[in-house]
Amino acid sequence: MNEKPVPLFLERRSYRQRRLMDAARLLPLLAAVLWGVPLLWPRGGTEGAVSMSTAILYLFGVWVVLAVLAFLISRKLADDGEGAPGDGEGGQ
Amino acid sequence: MTATLNLLVVVCLGYVAFLFLVAFAAERAALRGRGGWLRSPIVYTLSLSIYCTAWTFYGAVGYAARSGLEFLTIYLGPTIVMVGWWWGLRKLVRIGRTQRVTSVADLISSRYGKSTLLAVFVTLIAVIGTTPYIALQLQSVTASFASIAQADPNAAPLEDTRQIALSVAVGLALFTILFGTRNLDANERHHGVVMAIAVEAVVKLFALMAVGVFVVWGLGGGVGATLARIDASALDHWQVDGTRWAGLTFLSAAAFLTLPRMFQVLVVENDDEQHLRTASWAFPVYLLLISLFVVPIAVVGLEIMPAGANPDQFVLTVPLAQGQDTLAMLSFLGGFSSATSMVIVAAIALATMVSNHIVMPIWLNLTGGGAVMSGDVRNVVIMARRVSIAGVLGLGYVYYQMSGGGAALAAIGLVSFAGVAQFLPALMGGIFWRGATRVGALVGLSLGFVLWVWCLLLPSFGAGVVIPEAVMAQGPLGIGWLRPQALFGIEGIDPLVHAIFWSMLFNTGGFIVASLLSFPTPLERLQGAQFVNVFQHSARPQNWAGGTAQSEDLMVMAQRILGPGEAQALFQDEAQRQGLVGYLPEPTPDFLALLEREMSGSVGAATAHAMVGQIMGAATVSVEDLLAVADETAQMMEYSSQLETKSEELARTARQLRAANEKLTQISVQKDAFLSQISHELRTPMTSIRAFSEILRDGGALDPEAQAKYAGIIHDEAIRLTRLLDDLLDLSVLENGQVNLNIRTGVLAEVIDHAVAATGVEHGPLKLHRRRANEEVMLETDMDRLAQVFINLIANAQKYCDAEAPELTIAVGSRDGQLLVDFIDNGSGIPRQAQSVVFEKFSRVSDQKAGGAGLGLAICREIMARLDGTISYLPGQSGAAFRVTLPLAQRLAAQ
Repeated sequence: MNEKPVPLFLERRSYRQRRLMDAARLLPLLAAVLWGVPLLWPRGGTEGAVSMSTAILYLFGVWVVLAVLAFLISRKLADDGEGAPGDGEGGQ
Repeated sequence: MTATLNLLVVVCLGYVAFLFLVAFAAERAALRGRGGWLRSPIVYTLSLSIYCTAWTFYGAVGYAARSGLEFLTIYLGPTIVMVGWWWGLRKLVRIGRTQRVTSVADLISSRYGKSTLLAVFVTLIAVIGTTPYIALQLQSVTASFASIAQADPNAAPLEDTRQIALSVAVGLALFTILFGTRNLDANERHHGVVMAIAVEAVVKLFALMAVGVFVVWGLGGGVGATLARIDASALDHWQVDGTRWAGLTFLSAAAFLTLPRMFQVLVVENDDEQHLRTASWAFPVYLLLISLFVVPIAVVGLEIMPAGANPDQFVLTVPLAQGQDTLAMLSFLGGFSSATSMVIVAAIALATMVSNHIVMPIWLNLTGGGAVMSGDVRNVVIMARRVSIAGVLGLGYVYYQMSGGGAALAAIGLVSFAGVAQFLPALMGGIFWRGATRVGALVGLSLGFVLWVWCLLLPSFGAGVVIPEAVMAQGPLGIGWLRPQALFGIEGIDPLVHAIFWSMLFNTGGFIVASLLSFPTPLERLQGAQFVNVFQHSARPQNWAGGTAQSEDLMVMAQRILGPGEAQALFQDEAQRQGLVGYLPEPTPDFLALLEREMSGSVGAATAHAMVGQIMGAATVSVEDLLAVADETAQMMEYSSQLETKSEELARTARQLRAANEKLTQISVQKDAFLSQISHELRTPMTSIRAFSEILRDGGALDPEAQAKYAGIIHDEAIRLTRLLDDLLDLSVLENGQVNLNIRTGVLAEVIDHAVAATGVEHGPLKLHRRRANEEVMLETDMDRLAQVFINLIANAQKYCDAEAPELTIAVGSRDGQLLVDFIDNGSGIPRQAQSVVFEKFSRVSDQKAGGAGLGLAICREIMARLDGTISYLPGQSGAAFRVTLPLAQRLAAQ
């Protein structure tokens, strides 16, 4: 809503930062989707039920992947991304 | 070594003493300003682990033993929230910091127009939701005592577990009061407490992992063998009900944000937003580690423990049964840590809410005038907080005693989660949606709360305890669609998921619909804009208008809440900023907002607002504020800043115009004066020449002496005329640019020497100060003309310096490629109004001392213009001061 003209295209660095922010925002979605997969598994007692060890390995594997991704993103994300000009377009 | 109960008590007390020491040392370090390490992201991350209470420490294994992997949902929700920090937590923390929020109730009340009603409501729900949880912690500690006592053959069976619960509650209350209410301002943070819970976080993680490692490698025979064991056990397959899996994950994510104790460590105790960065991956790792061994422990426990053993105690009883007493002791400490850290933080969070939103408003009402009255508000607030802590723990103990510590309590964890999760729509809607209103929040919270009580809390006590069985089966008064666990006749849903679904649905729906239909007050809109757009402008709200407040009253009040030193510093800074001397600034809206914000760190936003309101009169919101609330805020501000720029520009132009006009008027006066001057200047000598030449012509009887005298007068006057005409001619030549310059190279010192010699200053009363070293500057210019300027200036000083012991300083310097020669005398200088015209023709500073025609400086100015330099009057010196500048580039070229 700011009247300041927002540049339509960003320089390379800002562009990277902006996409990192997108990644950071999408990470919880990824987590929800991956951990939502067990909803599709057949439950115990039925044909082809997923064994407990497989379930444990899958769930904890996702956990490790998420932690690593969060670690990478939090390292790369600039200190004060929200102060960047042109926040209006991709800010909140 | 056998695990005796006595040893256990000793270890326990020793551990508590150790925690006291840790907290005490941390407080000391923070006080001495050496607490840098206290504010590390790791400590922050560890402090978040109060999410893992005794319920998760012991209960997770029991949970896993009963329902398989469903226990994981309790950790998955927070993990999703943490990895999504950029989206939600970051904003929450930023708001918490800029608005100095003290609790979740404070945040919600502050967002919705600093509503006291909302704050009280949220506080009550939080107390109702948390009290059973505290009771649960007391139960788990007593249960673990009991487990160890059972294993101790020497000890008598534990009869009065209530005694233990009571001492634990009292001990925790003491600890919390000691370190939780040391300083009043919530933003000063409880370093001691945070450090202690960070240590406890390490202890419980280490304990659980130690038990896990023992179980997997000691009993299970390695990772592969343990996994095989798991698949061979009763928990062989994925068993989790889909709705519960999704519902509980959502519930734990919501509770992670809204639990008062989590809000306390996440937002209130946060020292630096950057810590979230680390916590975003480190806390998920912590949660992963703490849940890693839960299933193995459960499976091995089910295998080796006798049938009917309480799986909730496997973490403790499995090592005990294996004779691993040290491990059991460690495990006990882990559980003890989980319980105590949760209780401490929960008690602080609840006490802050209760004292700020319930006790303080009542106290303010009772004392009538409130803030301006005598008595120290700080003491009242701290007392209120201490009493609240004791009260909260007391409630927890009473609840524990009344419930009898049975199985009913074990289910209360999720019930409690569902209760505080009711804050979620108001909280998230408040920080992401500007249209959210107070009415919406109230409606949503009420609906959610009622449904939670009806569908989950009351039935949780067991069928027939609070709600008669008939009502459970047929609904109240036989209305079937109101049955607590089958609302609207939809049966067959898991009761917990049923309650979460309906309460959240009605809560969110009511919140949105009521927000859409209602109209917010100005203060709400203002706060809404502040919260939702916190990243655009972290400015503080301006909610106070009018200057009716007495600064002194404000000061008296602020001193009581912030403490004298801090309040005085605050007021003095503000006064200085406003350009005033002393301690009392004008009560501008800006300052009042700042003051209110500072105080809200101590007593909460609503109370601070009310206290300032008592002094200010009504809570007024000015027209400007309303404009600021409007959607066009940004445009308005842009527009007004443009206007401001323009008006500044106009003011500047007007000033210049006025100056020019003034100068023109003066010049016009001078023009008039010029004519009369010139005629006067010419007439005076002419008159005497004519008179004396007539005498010489007419009177022959003059003696030669007189003749010579008259002829001399005529001659002198003629010379004076000639000089005047020469000057005029010189000036006109210079002005027309027809002058021929005789450019030579020379040293500045020589020019000055020449000027000094020509004016004969060395023999007069005028004392001259020079620094010859500075004057050794090579010049390429017209030396004679420059000397003429200098002679003029020195002669002026000679003539006009009115000091008793006249002095003239000739200072030489350079700046920005310009050579500067200053002539400064110690007289009274040139009056301000004359400074602008001193270089005009025939301008004389004083009429009494008519010495010349007033052309000297005009000539000087023209000469300097020809020499590419300037001559100007230098105001603000000890006396009259003239500055001659010449470009230095010429000098360099000459060298």
